[in-house]
Parts: sequence; structure tokens; C-alpha cells
Amino acid sequence: MSQLIDMKNIGLQAADMVDVEKGRVKKELYSNPEIFEEELDLVFNNTWVFVGHESEVPEAGSFKTAYIGRQPVILSRDRKMVLHVLQNRCRHRGATVCEARKGKTKAFTCPYHGWGYGLDGSLRALPKPEEYDGVFDKSEMPLESLRVESYQGMVFATFNNDIEPLEDFLGGAKKWIDLFMKQGGGYPVKVLGEHRFNFPGNWKIQLENTTDAYHFPIVHKSFVSSLDEATADIFDFLDGEGFVEDLGNGHSVMVMIPQLVDLEADLDQPIPERFSALAQALRDEGKSENEVKKLVRAAHGTGFNLNLFPNVSCSMAFFRVLRPVSVGETEIQHVALGGDGAPDAFNHKRMRLHEHFQGPMGFGTPDDGEAWERVQKGSMAGTDGWILVNRGMSKLRTSEDGNPQGAVCSETGMRGAYQQYKKMMAAAEEK
Amino acid sequence: MKSNTQLLAQVTEFIGYEADLLDHKAYQEWLSLWTDSGLYIVPTDLNETDYLNTLNLALDDADMRRMRVARLENGESVSAISVGSTVRMVSRVRILEAGDDLVIARCAMTLNELRHGKLVTYPANVEYTLKPTAEGLKLEQKVVKLLHADGFLRTVSFIF
Repeated sequence: MSQLIDMKNIGLQAADMVDVEKGRVKKELYSNPEIFEEELDLVFNNTWVFVGHESEVPEAGSFKTAYIGRQPVILSRDRKMVLHVLQNRCRHRGATVCEARKGKTKAFTCPYHGWGYGLDGSLRALPKPEEYDGVFDKSEMPLESLRVESYQGMVFATFNNDIEPLEDFLGGAKKWIDLFMKQGGGYPVKVLGEHRFNFPGNWKIQLENTTDAYHFPIVHKSFVSSLDEATADIFDFLDGEGFVEDLGNGHSVMVMIPQLVDLEADLDQPIPERFSALAQALRDEGKSENEVKKLVRAAHGTGFNLNLFPNVSCSMAFFRVLRPVSVGETEIQHVALGGDGAPDAFNHKRMRLHEHFQGPMGFGTPDDGEAWERVQKGSMAGTDGWILVNRGMSKLRTSEDGNPQGAVCSETGMRGAYQQYKKMMAAAEEK
Repeated sequence: MKSNTQLLAQVTEFIGYEADLLDHKAYQEWLSLWTDSGLYIVPTDLNETDYLNTLNLALDDADMRRMRVARLENGESVSAISVGSTVRMVSRVRILEAGDDLVIARCAMTLNELRHGKLVTYPANVEYTLKPTAEGLKLEQKVVKLLHADGFLRTVSFIF
């Protein structure tokens, strides 16, 4: 009983470390291992967590493995094309039944004693079943499945059967997901591959970063220097008309390049010189001038980062997925996107642009990683202290959708995420 | 056509020279080792050979190589400034194809990086496509197949 009381207190203590009024959080939230354990339970086991995109499991029998917090799961598509998210744990003695990153299969077979499960998780066969006569029936031992729902091809799962439907949870973010998915250039958005890296720091450091425009010209100076002048001008957005909007439930959008919010607008504009090679390649593939304009405009992605609490961001042209490994270690996937059936020239360009900035060898990520590592390290200085997320707090306005909105380099989105975090960690009281 | 021993010695010398340039951050000299059409590739999928049609960790043509070097040298990148030394060991050099126009070789490489006081190790198979020219061998393609290419890597602010 005393252990239960302790656990309850830790969730509440963490909630108290978020000072919404003043826009600051205790630095201990990055480094306290007990708080981390509570976050896995109170946050990751109690909300919708992104597990993949439908294009990663395109056919009956397709699967990919993923994690929800520290728990391994499998996203699979059964013969009737229904999606399942299954715990990757044999019901017999607990071994994982699938270690591949992705693939196609008819069944998941445990390597230990040969129990075989269908794509929907049902236990189909096991060696020498007669020894279980009168013990249990096969129908009682499927791989445990999670609640799963999708929006615009993005698949989310949750361990909590009582929370709101996914679309209610996404709420104000749905409008921005719809806009994000226009970057297929007229083709359905498809995953083209992914980069994977980790950094020695807490997951919330990454959560904050996706909605942090303030760091861009500083940390990414060397990336901007590598661009042509016209593109570099586009990335000089801190004095522009962009904004950060708190969309509720911890979600936020940071619009850096307002003219690239709707990729299907302004298609009558001439093709900029720097895209002429891509435009010509598309014409060479037989595309009409209208299609060429649409594809060229979509090729570089949207002008905004949409941060979805707690683990995925629709970040300009790709998905950024985070996974908390331990209090001081986080794994990140940068998932490259293109168009399903789109011209090769378009998808090739998308991959080359992704390689330029993203991933462990991109021109952007290593500098982000260095800054985050320093945050984790520096946060150990002093016995107590605050992390400030109060930038732009006194200059908020109300957006056309009725949400709090601040300047593009404000920390409005971080405050939104921490407000949701506080709410979820405080739920320990009700348990 | 040289004897295999001569060619192996020449290729091994070239690979050792390139490794030494990179460990000592002589990036401008490294750039001069390439043909104009050369590609520096670090794949994510070790079974893939159609690199243009696949997402890689790096796929650098001449422009991207020049920009990558500029990023490492111009003092603007916080990760490049704080990167420690690298020491790479190269061995097991084998000639796979010895044509008059192109020589293809493969070797084992382990790169050790000291990063914020911690040792990080990258074992890899490296495949070289080399072009014999009047000025000696030039790099036509270099593919670095990291043993943990599909795992979660640390960020990289040097050249493999």
C-alpha cells in the first residue's frame, strides 16, 4: 500500500513542476528517473500514441514493429485489410513473436515453443495442444490487442479503452493534418524510408524542439549557409508573419512560412528558377504544366511544423517520431514521405532533400542533437532550477479558430504541450 | 595490366591515404580525390543497391560533398566544432574487379570517435569504385555500409 501512495505522489509532484502561470518547468523533469517511470504509465499508456502510417503496411499480411513507450507492439494488416496493433509478447512465456522491422507474413510464430498467431493476433496453432485440454481454450489466448484508430493514414493506438475517439483527441490539429497531406502533390502520401538516431537526453527536450523556431537561425546556421540565396531567404522567417498556435490537448502548430501553408493554393505562380531542373524532369516524364506546378510546389513540403502530443510531429516534409527509452535517452525516427505513384523525379527529390537536413548525417540533425545533449547535461547544474518556456507570453492573441496564438518564435506550443503533460500527470490523483 | 599484388598495394595505399586525410580533417585534399561524377554513399538498407531510388543516410554528389565539407570547416556548426578526434582502422582490403577503367575493392573499417569524452565505434564494410587516371586513382564511388545502419545511430559530424 505504501508503494501505491509513493507512486501517486510522484505523478502529482511532476504535475506541480509545471508552472503554467509563469511559463516555466522544473529542470528535474528531464532527469528524475522516478518521474520518467510515471510518465510511461500516466502519459504513454493513457493517450493516443502514433505507431505508423498506413502506407507502411500497404497489403494484407504487411506488418511493422513499433513501440509505445517501452512496450513493443506490432502494427499489422489482416486478410480483410483491417489494421491491428498487437502487443509483441507471446501469451505463453512472453517472448517477442516478431523481431523484423517490417515485412509481410501469414503468421507470427513464437521462436520459443512455436505458438502461431494470425495477423489479427488470434492464436491459431501450437505444438501438442492436448496438454492444454481442460486448462484453457485457444480462443482465450490471442496476442493482446490495443485500441487502434487512424486519421488521414496516420495510425494511432492506445492502451486506454476509456479515452475519447482519436478524432476528438486530435481536434484542432485535424485541419493541419489535412493541409500537411497535400504534399503528395496530388498523390496519396507514402512513407519512402526513415532515418533513426538517438540522443542522450530526455524525450521532452525533443517534444519542445519541434515547436521552437527561435533556435533555427542559430543552431542551423551551417545548414542555411549551404542553401542557395532564394531558399536561404525562405528560411529567414523569424521576422515574418508566421505564428505558433496552441491547438489544445497538447498539440500545436508552428507556421514558419505562411505562403507554404496550403500547397494547393497559388498554383498560377511561375516556377522559381531553383526548381527548374525538377520541373524539366517532370515534363520529361510527360506531366502536364499544371501537374508540374503542383508537384514542384509540393516537393519541398509545407511551411509548418504540427506537433502532436506526445510522440509525433508532422514536420514540414516528414514525420518526426520520438520514443522515450530512459530518463536520459530518447530514440528518434525521421520518416521520409513522398507520393504513392508519383513521378520518380518527385520522390527522388523528396529523398535527397530529406538526406540534406534530416537523419544522423543530415546538415541539421547533428546540430540539434548537440544542443539537446547540452540541455540534458546543463540541466544537472544546481540542485533546483527552472526551464523557461515563457517567451512571447504577454503578446498572445486569439487565432481565427479561437486558440491562443503567439509570434513564430514564441514558446506557445511548448506551453500547450506542458499543460497537457501537467493534466495527465495530475491524473495520478484520481487513480 | 598490373599483377594483382601491385594493384592490391596501390589500392591499399590509396585507401590508407584517404583514411589518413579524413582522420586529420584534411577535407579539401579529400575533395580533390574525387571524380566530378563521384558519389559518396552511406545507405540505411544494407541489401539495397539502387541508391538513387532509396533513402540513404548520405548520398553526396560533388555539390553535396563540397557543402558537407564547408559545414564541417566554416565554424558555424556547433556539432562540428565540438566533434572530437576520429581514428579509423582499415584492413582486409580485397580487389573484387580489376578492369582497365574501374577497379572495385572492398575493405573492413572501424571508425572510433571520441565524443564528449566517450568512445563511439562504427564498424563498417566499405566498397570503393576507383578510376585509374594519369594522376593516380580517383574515387568514383564510395559506399560505407555501417554494421548498424538500420539501428539508432548517434549523430555524425565527420566524414566516414
